[in-house]
Amino acid sequence: MRRSVTGLRAWLVQRLSAVYMLLFIVFLLIHFLVDPPTSYPAWHGWVLGRGVSVAASIFWLALLTHAWVGVRDVVMDYVHPIAVRVLVLAVVSLGLMGISAWAIRILWLGQIR
Amino acid sequence: MPRPVFFNLVQIQMPVGALTSIAHRVTGILLTLGIPYGVYLLDLSLQSPQSFAQLTGLFHQWPFKVAAILFIWALAHHLLAGTRHLLSDIDIGSLLPAARRSAWIVNVGGLAVALLAVGVLS
Repeated sequence: MRRSVTGLRAWLVQRLSAVYMLLFIVFLLIHFLVDPPTSYPAWHGWVLGRGVSVAASIFWLALLTHAWVGVRDVVMDYVHPIAVRVLVLAVVSLGLMGISAWAIRILWLGQIR
Repeated sequence: MPRPVFFNLVQIQMPVGALTSIAHRVTGILLTLGIPYGVYLLDLSLQSPQSFAQLTGLFHQWPFKVAAILFIWALAHHLLAGTRHLLSDIDIGSLLPAARRSAWIVNVGGLAVALLAVGVLS
């Protein structure tokens, strides 16, 4: 668990994901200012269109790794007993995986629900 | 010899960058805790016209507004502090006077965005 994303690699993952999310959020903000979706069909069509759903999925991946690296750093700073630390990290990673399944269902399986 | 430890946060005089840094952590945790609720709202917005209307209705309730403003502050502070880090990585604003100035900009900027959100939502 510790070795997979540490040191230089964690540093790089955190920055690449940050830059992607920053660009995506600026894109979202501009879209909401220029052409705010006011109706359900407009919003539904926009989010689940090919381009936006792919960009949103990449955003999800970036958010997932960014949150994991960040939370793991905080947990390693404050939670010292190794058993508790492993437990907390296990709960966080299971939680993130569960929410990932949910996000995939929303973004890709919305039509066949 | 154990080193002396003094962690009384009320008495320690914190430089402005320390506040920026602590708030970066705190907002990161807040945003992470908000992920499940954010995904739930996305789900609500896409399920059906009825659930979409339910979501837009939430914006008229004050507990939701308070949570939204807190979220917007957390996001704004985290993005600004993160951008400051990224710039510092490429040696922009690494020296102390510039770092102090940018720390102030981040702290005040986050609050300014939150105030803007208060204005828009209330």
